[in-house]
Amino acid sequence: MGQFAGLLLDSIVSGILVGGFYAAMAVGISIAFGMLGISNIAHPALILLGSFIAYVLNSQFGLDPILIGVLATVPFYFLGTLLYSAYEFAFERRGTQLIRGLAFFFGLLFITEVGLQLIFGVDYRLVEAPYIGPSYNIGPVSLPVRMLIPFLASVLLLVGLQIFFARTFTGRAIMAVAQDKFALQLMGAAPVRVKRIAFGLSTATAAMAGAFLIILQPVEPSMGRDYIGRIFAICVLGGIGSLPGTFIAAVIVGVAESITATFYGPSWSPAIAFGFLLIALVVRPAGLFGRA
Amino acid sequence: MSNGRFIALACLVGAALVGASMFVTNEYYVFAAYFVLQYVVLATAWNILGGYVGYVNFGTTAFLAIGLYSAAALNKWLDLPIPVLIPIAGLLCGAVGLAMGYLTIRLRGVYFTIATLALSVVVQTFITNWEYVGGSRGLYVMRPSEIPVFGSYVAYLFFLMTVLAVAAVVTARVIERSTFGFGLAAIRDDETAAAASGVPVLRLKLIAAAVSGTFMGMAGAPLPFYLTYVEPTSSFSLAYTVNSVAMPLVGGTTSWLGPVIGAVLLGTMQQAMTVLISSSVNLLVVGVLLVIFVIAAPNGILGLIRSMGGKKADPEANPLAAMLVAEKRSSQ
Repeated sequence: MGQFAGLLLDSIVSGILVGGFYAAMAVGISIAFGMLGISNIAHPALILLGSFIAYVLNSQFGLDPILIGVLATVPFYFLGTLLYSAYEFAFERRGTQLIRGLAFFFGLLFITEVGLQLIFGVDYRLVEAPYIGPSYNIGPVSLPVRMLIPFLASVLLLVGLQIFFARTFTGRAIMAVAQDKFALQLMGAAPVRVKRIAFGLSTATAAMAGAFLIILQPVEPSMGRDYIGRIFAICVLGGIGSLPGTFIAAVIVGVAESITATFYGPSWSPAIAFGFLLIALVVRPAGLFGRA
Repeated sequence: MSNGRFIALACLVGAALVGASMFVTNEYYVFAAYFVLQYVVLATAWNILGGYVGYVNFGTTAFLAIGLYSAAALNKWLDLPIPVLIPIAGLLCGAVGLAMGYLTIRLRGVYFTIATLALSVVVQTFITNWEYVGGSRGLYVMRPSEIPVFGSYVAYLFFLMTVLAVAAVVTARVIERSTFGFGLAAIRDDETAAAASGVPVLRLKLIAAAVSGTFMGMAGAPLPFYLTYVEPTSSFSLAYTVNSVAMPLVGGTTSWLGPVIGAVLLGTMQQAMTVLISSSVNLLVVGVLLVIFVIAAPNGILGLIRSMGGKKADPEANPLAAMLVAEKRSSQ
């Protein structure tokens, strides 16, 4: 195999692995924005908050970062329900959602970021775990375990959520609230309660995505905003509210970025997601797997 | 007050500011006042699209940086003076605003917002990879320490920014009272109803996006000379974006006065706090104020004053009616 083909294959594989992790980051937005119509642009900041929780518990008590991510979903769920209650009270009930709701979440993003900066400074932080470091090599392709673990955990997370949405009453109610709030009320479910649960779930995924992020790479507080464009690009491309679509779009973006980074240099890869976002918005706003 | 009188008054205030700056002995105050005026321009520009039309732009940083870097690059290449650089930067950013608007504003407003957020990342990527302006290492900008008429260079920059601030505020107010402005307000309140009533929705939104971008770019043009050193990380600081959003929302978005109040209040507060406490704490305060105001006082300080004074609702309460009245008047 030529050197070029080997390089290409290696960057495709690492793109798929990173893409799986992007899906875990994007799934929260897919729920909040796609199903509930809440443009929670503070989500990346919450992911960073999750990363720093993993950092603190890992460095203080030596807990496994994945375990921390799973445990942190509980407080994050309640944080999410609280945020939704505030949002519902201040904006949805008044009917002036868009501009002020966006400003509200932007304020939250900013407060979280500056708050983390005040506590942890601007240094890069990382976690320690036995699977960070080793790497399998299959021909020209290297499979770093610290990318493999977040990938597999992300796949599990998405499969679990998909089963929840398809099989449980609450899950189906969440899917329904996105389509017809009034009909849902007639079926005997309270839209606000359903949305509160869904938003809690959406923020809970941020705890896990945060743990995955800090396993993949060292983090610093202002990193979250680099992910905003990427995450929304994935959601729009995947089709608003579709979890399989989100996963496939995440892998596409991951591979495209990885190939760009390999052949043109990593400093160009942030522009890729934006390109995808613009193309998706201009050509097909409903996304690859959207209903519209 | 008629537009003519307002323009005369705004010019008088501007002249008074410039006059006062010449008598200030401590240059720091002129420096700080420049910072506040720059935010008057940015907040007013943001409000033309955000407040009047209801389309949220989170890419102030991107527009400002395009203005900043185009000025820095053209200055390095052709050694152009700032008064020439300002309109060039404005044109460039107006075009970017128009293009962004054309691509995304036809969809739901939130897509435009997301695209503007992503725009900052992309522009930063390009600037970081642009070796001519120093890439990530940054670029020093030479400026003479003395300049005829104004004396110090900072006083000259202050004069330029005052002109921009007066121009921005006058533009905002003229738009607000025009048929164009009533059309924008109608879109803000109900886009479908506005379109059904014959408001050329897409065209008005695109013009507003272009005007807003133009002023943001123009505000960026003198910035390299103010800072004397530009580099991507601080040029793309989220502070510019959060301030230009927070200032109109704190002041009140439906009138030209709101962003001015917000910029003067928050701008002065930040200058004082940067000196007294630290710059990250003051950004935290801006974020907290933004959240408090959007929840507790959705119409900003102006809204609070209005509700306290118990004045009856302004014509903006029913912009479509106001526009029809204005059109009837002009056709007679």
